[in-house]
Amino acid sequence: MDTTVAAWQEEIWQALKRAGVRQVAYVPDAGHAHLIRRAQSDPGVRAIVLTTEEEGVALAAGAWLGGERAVLLMQSSGVGNCVNMFSLLASGAFPFVALVTMRGEHEEFNPWQEPMGRAAQGAMEIMGVAVRRASDADRVKAIVEEALEAAFGSGERVAVLLSQSLLGRKEWVRK
Amino acid sequence: MTRPPERTVERRAFVAKLMSCIPDALVVTGLGAPTYDVFAAGDRDRNFYLWGAMGGATPMGLGLALAQPSKPVVVVTGDGEQLMGLGSLATVGAQRPPNLTIVVLDNGHYGETGMQASHTRRGTDLVVVAKGCGVEDAFAVDTLQGADEIARRVSARRGPTLACVRIDANEPPRALPSRDGVFLKDRFRAALGLKAP
Repeated sequence: MDTTVAAWQEEIWQALKRAGVRQVAYVPDAGHAHLIRRAQSDPGVRAIVLTTEEEGVALAAGAWLGGERAVLLMQSSGVGNCVNMFSLLASGAFPFVALVTMRGEHEEFNPWQEPMGRAAQGAMEIMGVAVRRASDADRVKAIVEEALEAAFGSGERVAVLLSQSLLGRKEWVRK
Repeated sequence: MTRPPERTVERRAFVAKLMSCIPDALVVTGLGAPTYDVFAAGDRDRNFYLWGAMGGATPMGLGLALAQPSKPVVVVTGDGEQLMGLGSLATVGAQRPPNLTIVVLDNGHYGETGMQASHTRRGTDLVVVAKGCGVEDAFAVDTLQGADEIARRVSARRGPTLACVRIDANEPPRALPSRDGVFLKDRFRAALGLKAP
């Protein structure tokens, strides 16, 4: 496993901490591995592993009901799992932030990732979740900060799509 | 098909008794009849009624329980709703929030859609599922006195707990709370002293 951490990955963590995020719900993805490790080792943050991404949508709404800020980490294949649960966010106007690592685009080896990868942005948007795309490592921090402010400052529902080009090619042959 | 349980309790009477015993609890209800049952027991600012988001009651209760660790949180839902979010029991088992109690009103049927038999009439035992997910304090009740047992667990906050309540497969008159999710959210948060963003 590649254990090098890109600067933008730590910048996301610092942005979550500054925004006062207390619950980090996730279905694991290699691109989120650093954030998950950080969340697990921070006594002020609860790292919550999910069996399916839609649980994280409902969990984030419950956290807000109780006065805490949550984020949901997933890869693009998980967006489809969330579609009906997004109606909870729309019906209650709950603030929401998802950080989505993209598959099925840059140098994708596995063609089975492509259908949901292509549909991820549209699936978010038709359910009322605004999408911001981060493709440039230098811009990730600002885009995530804006998303956190839009959600927890203005009550919006926002997903940040982290382009596969940020993460590089998944290694398919284990050395 | 599994035989129906030998003894059941009437859902409205059970929920009314349970709610009267847990006045301080924060409550999330699963869509359909559990939402109507809890509302029929008396509207409260600290109830959040789901009208959709099937499968979301337990994970929503989990987020709330983690956010409010000093308060008891109770999810009141149905067998069909919990079955759609079965994985959320594993997520609860992994977090072990001591203040979360899940009350499944189990009539073995999808009541809202014409009383089709659900999986709990066809072999699934939610008590066994919960235990298998690490929610060790899981049990079934089939009498009105069971509400006292659940209320004791709620107050003790030594969970997580799942109680499967064997109820009649009947349909009491509908009692319909507000369908305005924003109103329900805002008054719930206001009751906790929280402000809108």
